[in-house]
Amino acid sequence: MKFDTPAGTNPIDRLQVVGQPTDRIDGPLKTTGTAPYAYERHDVAPNQAYGYIVGAGIAKGRISSMDTREAERAPGVLAIVTTLEHAKPLPLGKMNVAHLFGGAEVAHYHQAIALVVAETFEQARAAAALIRTTYARSDGRFDLGKAALSARYEPIDDEAPNPQDVERVGDFAAAFAKAPVTIDQAYTTPGESHAMMEPFATIAAWEGEKLTVWTANQMIAWSKASLAKILSIKPENLRIDSPFIGGGFGGKLFVRADAVLAALGAKKAGRPVKVAMQRPLMMNNSTHRPATIQHVRLGATRDGRLTAIHHSSTSSNLSGGGPEVAVQQTKLIYAAANREYWLKLAVTDLPEGNAMRAPGEAPGLMVLEMAMDELAEKLAMDPVELRIVNDTLVDPAKPERRFSQRHLVECLRTGADRFGWSRRQAKPAQVRDGHWLIGMGMAVGFRNNLLQKSAARIKLGRDGKLTVETDMTDIGTGTYTILAQTAAEMLGVPIGDVVVKLGDSDFPASAGSGGQWGANNSTAGLYAACVKLREAAAQKLGFNARDATFADGQVKAGNRSLPLAQAGPLTAEDGIEYGTLDKEYQQSTFAGHFVEVGVDIYTGETRIRRMLAVCDAGRIINPKSARSQVIGAMTMGAGAALMEELAVDKRFGFFVNHDLASYEVPVHADIPHQEVIFLDYPDDKSSPMKAKGVGELGICGVGAAIANAVYNATGVRVRDYPITLDKHLEELPAIA
Amino acid sequence: MRAFTYERATSPAQAAAAVARQPGAKFLAGGTNLLDLMKLEIETPRHLVDVQDLKLDTIEPTDTGGLRIGALVTNTALAADPRVRRDYGVLTRAIVAGASGQLRNKATTAGNLLQRTRCPYFYDTNQPCNKRKPGSGCAALGGYSRQLAVIGTSEQCIATYPGDMAIALRVLDATVETVAADGRTRRIAIADFHRLPGDTPQRDTALEPGELITAVTLPKPLGGRHVYRKVRDRASYAFALVSVAAVIQRDGTGRVAFGGVAPKPWRVEAAEATLPEGARGVSARVFADARPTEDNRFKIPLAERTLAAVIAQAKA
Ligand SMILES: Cc1cc2nc3c(=O)[nH]c(=O)nc-3n(C[C@H](O)[C@H](O)[C@H](O)COP(=O)(O)OP(=O)(O)OC[C@H]3O[C@@H](n4cnc5c(N)ncnc54)[C@H](O)[C@@H]3O)c2cc1C
Ligand code: SF4
Repeated sequence: MKFDTPAGTNPIDRLQVVGQPTDRIDGPLKTTGTAPYAYERHDVAPNQAYGYIVGAGIAKGRISSMDTREAERAPGVLAIVTTLEHAKPLPLGKMNVAHLFGGAEVAHYHQAIALVVAETFEQARAAAALIRTTYARSDGRFDLGKAALSARYEPIDDEAPNPQDVERVGDFAAAFAKAPVTIDQAYTTPGESHAMMEPFATIAAWEGEKLTVWTANQMIAWSKASLAKILSIKPENLRIDSPFIGGGFGGKLFVRADAVLAALGAKKAGRPVKVAMQRPLMMNNSTHRPATIQHVRLGATRDGRLTAIHHSSTSSNLSGGGPEVAVQQTKLIYAAANREYWLKLAVTDLPEGNAMRAPGEAPGLMVLEMAMDELAEKLAMDPVELRIVNDTLVDPAKPERRFSQRHLVECLRTGADRFGWSRRQAKPAQVRDGHWLIGMGMAVGFRNNLLQKSAARIKLGRDGKLTVETDMTDIGTGTYTILAQTAAEMLGVPIGDVVVKLGDSDFPASAGSGGQWGANNSTAGLYAACVKLREAAAQKLGFNARDATFADGQVKAGNRSLPLAQAGPLTAEDGIEYGTLDKEYQQSTFAGHFVEVGVDIYTGETRIRRMLAVCDAGRIINPKSARSQVIGAMTMGAGAALMEELAVDKRFGFFVNHDLASYEVPVHADIPHQEVIFLDYPDDKSSPMKAKGVGELGICGVGAAIANAVYNATGVRVRDYPITLDKHLEELPAIA
Repeated sequence: MRAFTYERATSPAQAAAAVARQPGAKFLAGGTNLLDLMKLEIETPRHLVDVQDLKLDTIEPTDTGGLRIGALVTNTALAADPRVRRDYGVLTRAIVAGASGQLRNKATTAGNLLQRTRCPYFYDTNQPCNKRKPGSGCAALGGYSRQLAVIGTSEQCIATYPGDMAIALRVLDATVETVAADGRTRRIAIADFHRLPGDTPQRDTALEPGELITAVTLPKPLGGRHVYRKVRDRASYAFALVSVAAVIQRDGTGRVAFGGVAPKPWRVEAAEATLPEGARGVSARVFADARPTEDNRFKIPLAERTLAAVIAQAKA
């Protein structure tokens, strides 16, 4: 189905099942511990052996030698695969920057250099410690600050007019020079780790030329092509199965070393092999959100109208990697006639930077929205009003291009009202509650809605039950449930009559889970398949598909009504493909974030008291799972604002805090009260579902709202995230 | 993890003898620290002597009006004991500020005292670390040292003792009771129990090889207000950046010990005289010889401010 004109009325609009806060249909599997996650699929292949990964002990250089003799003799060892068995690195998969395995070169710390396969996990681990590796270290670039001095321009997006340069609209320099009120500040955000609960994990089994991998991966079609390329096998000989994923946050968008090593290990051992990457390897072996150095300059009239916006960002990555696109949202978020943006990449030899939940917007808004708070204060203007005054309903660079929908002002007004924003003291450091300094902050959230083609198959059984098959993934987001809701709505059956099967590369290729595009596109793809099934069923039952309604397990037209089950068995397959509605209209999602914090006047510890997000993200397919996404993202944003930082050892070139004890993410005690309000405006330009993404919106802006609340509490502005107590402690009021 | 042999001891003296007999043998209590370290091959004992059957899991009154806490009393049981909660509140508060409910259910009194540092380089066997591998160097010096010690350190090691319970025991002047392989017992004041690193950072405590902790005794109750304040980046499940254990009397006099700042619970008795006048003087004296790194300099003002909070709380 081609979606190239705005959606009219369709069966989804009935909202009998779609739009309802349905419990997750996969919930019982999870709460009973029976959801088949990759590492625990003991039943899929007999006689599984265990693999244990060895990571490089240096950040840059060459392996001089690897002595595996002792390890090979260790009890239970079946095979050892070393990187030196390959003369050069295996080919790169899609979006991989650093090679995953092969060759003597070490490109970053903890890069995989061996896999030990043994009868038990403990045997593999013990033997892994017996491999003796010697290295010839070489100097590396491990300091973003230094590397930034020789950083190069990078394009912001595909449409960048002149990719290797500054992107300009109007005359920023002149407008900024003339502006009566200005902000000109530098900010930094640190590297962050996805730190998902389930590590990278794969079971691999060969049958002759054919390889099956049971793994945890967000993007099945991409990863099938990538893994086939990395292993130099034919894609038709590879099957990937990833029905349950214990979190990914972008870390599992691409093939990682677990899958490659499991496949190599299984080949060498002649047995199925399972590999879970050890937690202490996760942070340096895989990808992370790159650290940034950002600069914002804002020029405004005295009544708060922005006339000039500059946003620039330098981030680090390995040579060949991309920059963190931290200025992306600044092109669209506020009106102003004169604008400039640039991105630079500073090449370092730290581990690979890559996508993490809301890449670009998450760190970009942490900065831009702090700068807006600073501007509001300088203008003596309410921060909410400042945003409202500068709202735009068109793409500022192409005023003829409107937003498909934009209710940001309503998000802000509703949020201010519900949060009790009027009680905020504009002057910072005014409110005390015992030993707590209390502050409120807000920020705008913004993230684009991306359209990606997506396909699905739907089968109607003789019993009237439906089975959905697509290679779409559920990374804990609720995909199973919203697909079941979509099928139930379209065919008029109870949700309990829908079985959803996901994550198998033998199923039709979907949009996958990433960039908050999963929900809208995968349900739209299924919608297309359902339309086909309706046509087939109507025809089989002798109805004209146009007149038939599907409800209560019956197909009806006029006074004739027949059970849907009578049309079974039937199979329909289709997908959604998009025309140019995303070019004609800017499609985005919006939020107003409001936060109250307390800062301990003695210790400087910041503790969040309450958070509210008001979201404008199209039709909300399931308010319950959407809320879970938003509060989860807000929690992640709290981590980014207050504690998460990959600490760089600039001498040895690695992230030092590479486990979950030392890389702190928020715990329950950090997140006392969260509220989410959805405006729920269907967007007819986005898809027949009229939905948009919401999984990343929650993290966009929330960090700045927290930072602004901290400032409101203390009067001390910290521009280097995370805002840990040491950064404002000595400027807090003196203690008797 | 290296392969090891395992036995369950039946009496304290036998346990001590079993460990003393075999080079590289260790006691196993709750295992919540030791097993983690073994998995990473930071600890590589050849033999484990499990002490769980030793019946050292009771809390009894002593003749001098204090309490004797068996070495195997769990953190949960100790924190919940009504006598401890009534008379030694600082101990309960310190324990529940640490780890998680599940870990405290398993962790023992002796094991908690002996938990090893959380220096991140100690945990990464690719990195030089004098505590883990004597003579290899100290990666934390000149590296990422935000969590590490500001006082009591040496050129060889700047790690902290990371625990909470021992900070309270230090303020209470507890005593550690042990038995050696030959059956000799001894009593070690908590002040002398943890060592400063000096040139031998691999040795954390005054225990001799094979010496088994049998109990920890508390002197008779001190009265006063018992406060434990733990400061950290997140609200729970994190080691202290700084912690303060204090017992403060109505007249403002009292005792105070600091955690998260030194290789051992840090208490300078001579500094306590000025406690009634507030935090500044005490803290200045306690940290007079501090040698912080650029990363952890903040711990000194933080310790002073945390002490001020504790004093205010005790007065309230
Ligand atoms: C995730 C995590 C978070 C934590 N957070 C905190 C925290 O916030 N604050 C805190 O204080 N602690 C914290 N801990 C540490 C925890 O308190 C210790 O792991 C626990 O107290 C150790 O007790 P155990 O009985 O399990 O010791 P084990 O691991 O069994 O033993 C530890 C050491 O003591 C030795 N040993 C045990 N018993 C005896 C004995 N009777 N005589 C002589 N030697 C003995 C062992 O040989 C070993 O060397 C945390 C631990 C984890 C894993
Ligand atoms: S501070 Fe101590 S524990 Fe840390 S690396 Fe140095 S020697 Fe090892």
